[in-house]
Amino acid sequence: MSSSMIIGQYIPADSVIHRLDPRSKIAIIFFYVVIVFFANSVMSYGVLTLFAIGSALLSKVPFRYIMKGLKPVWFLILFTFLLHLFVTREGDVAFSLFGWDVYREGLIQGGAISLRFFLLILVTSLLTLTTTPIEITDAIEELLGPLKKLRFPVHELALMMSISLRFIPTLMQETEKISKAQASRGVDFRTGSFKDRVRAVVPLLVPLFVSAFKRAEELAMAMEARGYQGGEGRTKLRELQLTKIDVLVYGVFVLLVIALFMTRS
Amino acid sequence: MDISFEHVSYIYQPNSPFEHRALNDITFSIKSGSYVAVIGHTGSGKSTLIQQLNGLLQPTEGSIQIGKYKLQAGEKTKNLRGLREQVGVVFQYPEHQLFEETVAKDIAFGPHNFGVEKMEIDRRIKEAVQATKLPDELLERSPFDLSGGQMRRVAISGVLAMNPEVLVLDEPTAGLDPRGQKDIMDMFKDLHKEKGLTTILVTHSMEDALAYADHIIILNQGEIYREGTPLEIFKQHDALEKVQLDVPEVMDFLRRAKKEYGVEIEYRGQDIAELAKELTLKVRGDSDHE
Ligand SMILES: Nc1ncnc2c1ncn2[C@@H]1O[C@H](COP(=O)(O)OP(=O)(O)O)[C@@H](O)[C@H]1O
Ligand SMILES: [Mg+2]
Repeated sequence: MSSSMIIGQYIPADSVIHRLDPRSKIAIIFFYVVIVFFANSVMSYGVLTLFAIGSALLSKVPFRYIMKGLKPVWFLILFTFLLHLFVTREGDVAFSLFGWDVYREGLIQGGAISLRFFLLILVTSLLTLTTTPIEITDAIEELLGPLKKLRFPVHELALMMSISLRFIPTLMQETEKISKAQASRGVDFRTGSFKDRVRAVVPLLVPLFVSAFKRAEELAMAMEARGYQGGEGRTKLRELQLTKIDVLVYGVFVLLVIALFMTRS
Repeated sequence: MDISFEHVSYIYQPNSPFEHRALNDITFSIKSGSYVAVIGHTGSGKSTLIQQLNGLLQPTEGSIQIGKYKLQAGEKTKNLRGLREQVGVVFQYPEHQLFEETVAKDIAFGPHNFGVEKMEIDRRIKEAVQATKLPDELLERSPFDLSGGQMRRVAISGVLAMNPEVLVLDEPTAGLDPRGQKDIMDMFKDLHKEKGLTTILVTHSMEDALAYADHIIILNQGEIYREGTPLEIFKQHDALEKVQLDVPEVMDFLRRAKKEYGVEIEYRGQDIAELAKELTLKVRGDSDHE
């Protein structure tokens, strides 16, 4: 279960991408996602792909591992491609497949959209692969900071996020532990009718909820005992700090945008 | 049931940056009816090892034979259900697996899944709560209203009600008070004898390993470090220290009696007070001769 999905998993390493300020990463990914939609020529897609693959290589996360981890997404990408291939009916017929005409336009559109999809998934999973959940929430809290003026509960939101993120691995471990315990008592999660399988989930969910509630209560108590109170006037242990690397990366990104607009047709 | 491991290795999350070889080339065999203690430092692979015993984990390399069941690396195991019915596993903090509305229903859950008849299940529930010394009036209560110790007993009863031939215990007394620990360990010893079980106990307590087991396996970093009878194992003071394991107090006493007084005392399960008396007698006896 946990072995093939890499989305949301952090892989520690010492790389430029890891050291980048999480705010920079989020900002750059945000703008990258926007500019991907401006690409319209082979060259412009090439420039964007180069940037994404380059970042992936710089991150020192094994490239083969990233590709394997995106397996569930590969299916979606392929599906999108095929959909476009068979639905688009414009331009010249490129070739016929089992008596079905495949149009040139379909090939191009399908290719372009799948590539876009792939690039988006690649850069966003690069964010979670190289940034700890805590860094991500800190960055989001900072980036949403201005909303505090509108009385939007930014700090509380960030706290909720970081607590949830903190407990996802715990919950996964717990799920594995309890499903093993129930499997040992003869529950079969894999075979049987749909009804049987739904029924098999009860012995798993009840203990999970019980322990999650217990844990929430303990956490609340521990926070109260240590005098936790809301966001106003709280200081941080780790202040986020922009460094030279960030400036450099912004420079590279600006170059990317220029290159993109020069290669557009 | 006889159990044997042949060159068993287990790798968590193979082909990923998190790849971890938790067991490496493990070979050993256990005779039917023996009581085996598996000890080792945290992370040495004890829990990984016992999860192979009922097919929760399949060996990455090697093969395992448990009675008539065979688990072979790279092959789908036949009749996993039958294996799980015969190998009962009490996990660490087993009370976390409780979920039914009543204690009786939770104990019945295992046997029910294995298709045991209603009458037989009722009989087994009675037998199980008798063994774990749970008062009958708790049977209709919710397991979540009980104390921690009682919940542990309910969970253990649930495994006993499956009538397993092999009982696997992963630190069954963790988190209990000393009195509760002793009660539970004594209970398992009685069951082991009465039902002729094959018992495999994972423990941090060298005292328990010495007191209850007739064979000890020490794991270190996924490999078998030492294997033998408790007396053989606990004589090797230095070897144990190397893997950060203690020697039971009584064994340490015997060693020091020999070193400091030159007195050899035969160990027959005495406690510290009895050993001290024996030592005093022997030391006095020797000086009387002079
Ligand atoms: N689900 C898992 N995924 C990856 N590694 C694991 C998993 N479970 C255990 N390990 C690792 O395998 C090793 C052995 O663990 P375990 O068998 O639980 O040891 P023990 O029970 O002796 O403390 C440890 O280093 C542990 O971190
Ligand atoms: Mg363990």
